[in-house]
Amino acid sequence: MDVLNALVLLMNYVIIPATSYGAQLALGGLGVTLVYGILRFSNFAHGDTMAFGTTITILVTWWFQSMGVNFGVLPTALLALPFGIAATAALVLLTDRGVYRFYRKKRVAPVFMVIVSTGVMFVMNGLTRFIIGVGDQNFADGARFLVTASQFKAWSGLEEGLAIRVTTALTIATALVVVAALFWFLRTTRTGKSMRAFSDNEDLALLSGISPDKVVRVTWLLVGALATIAGVLYGLDKSFKPFNYFQLLLPIFAAAVVGGLGNPLGAIAGGFVVAFSEVTVTYAWKKVLSYLLPPGLVPGGLVQLLSTDYKFAVSFAILVVVLLFRPTGLFNGKSL
Amino acid sequence: MSFLIGERMTGGYGPVDILHECTLAVGKGEIAVIVGPNGAGKSTAMKAVFGMLNLRAGQVRLGDMDITGLSPQDRVALGMAFVPQTHNIFTSMTVEENLEMGAFLRRDDIRPTLQLVYDLFPVLRDKRRQAAGELSGGQRQQVAVGRALMTRPKVLMLDEPTAGVSPIVMDELLDRIVEVARSGISILMVEQNARQALSIADKGYVLVQGANRFTDTGAALLANPEVRRTFLGG
Repeated sequence: MDVLNALVLLMNYVIIPATSYGAQLALGGLGVTLVYGILRFSNFAHGDTMAFGTTITILVTWWFQSMGVNFGVLPTALLALPFGIAATAALVLLTDRGVYRFYRKKRVAPVFMVIVSTGVMFVMNGLTRFIIGVGDQNFADGARFLVTASQFKAWSGLEEGLAIRVTTALTIATALVVVAALFWFLRTTRTGKSMRAFSDNEDLALLSGISPDKVVRVTWLLVGALATIAGVLYGLDKSFKPFNYFQLLLPIFAAAVVGGLGNPLGAIAGGFVVAFSEVTVTYAWKKVLSYLLPPGLVPGGLVQLLSTDYKFAVSFAILVVVLLFRPTGLFNGKSL
Repeated sequence: MSFLIGERMTGGYGPVDILHECTLAVGKGEIAVIVGPNGAGKSTAMKAVFGMLNLRAGQVRLGDMDITGLSPQDRVALGMAFVPQTHNIFTSMTVEENLEMGAFLRRDDIRPTLQLVYDLFPVLRDKRRQAAGELSGGQRQQVAVGRALMTRPKVLMLDEPTAGVSPIVMDELLDRIVEVARSGISILMVEQNARQALSIADKGYVLVQGANRFTDTGAALLANPEVRRTFLGG
C-alpha cells in the first residue's frame, strides 16, 4: 500500500507535470531546431514569438468569450488558436522579409544572425507588452479536471490523490498530434523532403533546383505554428506572463541542444530530459520517502535538492555539460 | 559542332584571374576530360562553365543559346547537371530520397528514370532505404552521379568522380560513365587519373595555369610524346 501511495504521489507531483512541461518544451524546441537546421542560426526571439502568438490567441479567446462562444469542456483558446497561428506566421514571415533576409543575402556568419535575432527578440518583447501588458493573464476555461484527487481517492481507496487536469491531458494529446503531423510532413511530402535536403546540404539542394525562398517561407510558417501552439499550451497549463516566456528560452534551448540542434527527434527527447531534470531536482522528496522508508530513517528536511527559484540553473547546467562533453547532442545534431 | 562550349573564358573568384582565355567544349554524347597538374584551374574551369564563377570575358553556350549570364539553378533547368567533388550527396537522407531530390524540378513520373539509375548502379537498389552517409566512398559517388542523372540532363559535369575510391571501383565507375555517354548524354569531367580518363575520352584538354596547353582527342593526347613526358610520367 505504501509503495502504491508513493507511486501515486510521484505520478501526481513529478511524472505528470514533467511530461506536460516536457511536451511544451519539446514543441518549443522543435521550433528552435527547425530554424537552426534550415536557416542556420539560433533564434533567440523564439520565446517572444511564443508570447506573441499566445497574446493574439488570448485576445481572440476573450472576444469569443464576450460573444458567448465556447468549446464545451475544452478551453475556448483552442478555437482561437488558428487565429493566433495565422497572426504569428504573418509576423515571422514579415520579420524575415524585413530583417533576416537582408542578412541572409549578405551571407553573414551565424553569430551575426544570433545578434540580429536578439534585436528581433526585444522588438517582439515590446510588441507583446504593448498589446497585452506585462501582467498575468488567465485565459483557461472549460472543465478544470479530467480526474480530481478526491474522485481518485474514492475510487482507489489510497491516501494519496491523483489529479489529471484537462490542460495537462490536452497538452500531451496536442503535442502527440503536432509532432506526428510534423514528422509525416518532413518524411513524406515533397516540400518536407526538400526542407531536409536544404538542411543537410544547402549547395547541393540549390544544384537540384530546390528553391531556397520557398524552403525559408515554409520553415517560418511551421515555426510560427509550433511557437503559438507551444505558447498557448504553456499558458493554459500555467498562466500567461510575457516575462515567463522570455525566460522559457533557456530550457527550450537546453532541450534543443541536448537532443542535438537541427535534429527534430532530438528536440523532443531533449524537452523531456530537461523537464524531468528540472522537476525532479526541485521536488521535495520527503513525503515520497516517508512512504518508502521505515519511520526511523525518514529524513527531517524536505529533501529538495534545489529551490524552485533556481529551476533555470538546471537547464543552464545541462546546457553547459552537453556543450562540454557532447556538443552534437544525444541524437547527433549539428555541432555548434 | 560542340553541344556545350565555354569559349575563351577569363575570370576568377576575386580580383585575380585564374582562367585565361580557357576554352572547353563537348559534343553530343561525347566524353570530354580535363586533366592537368594541381592548381591548373581544372575545377575552376568546370565551375565557370556551370555559372558558379563570374567571367570577365568569354562566353558559355548550350546548343545555340548563350547562357553566360544564367545562374547555376537556371542551367539545371536547361538540362545541365553538376556533381561536385565533395559534399555531393545528402548524407542524412536515404539513397532513394537523394535520387528523388535530384528530380525535384520534374513534375512527371520519375519511376522510369529511377529504374534506369538502379540498372546502371545495381548496388544502389539494394541500399535504397539506407542513409546515403552510411555508404562506402565508391557507393557515395554512385549516389552522387545517380542524383545528377535524375534530372535527365543533356550534359553531365563531373568534378573528379573517382577521387578517393579504390582502383577497382574507379575502373567500374569510369565504365558506367562511358555507358551514360552512350545513351546520348554529353560528359565533361575533371580527372586526376589522367591516363585512365584520357583512354575513355573523345576529347581531352590539358590545362596549365588556367590556360589550354594541349587539346586533342584522348587517344592522340595519350600518344603525344610531350604530353606523356610532362603530364603522364613517361
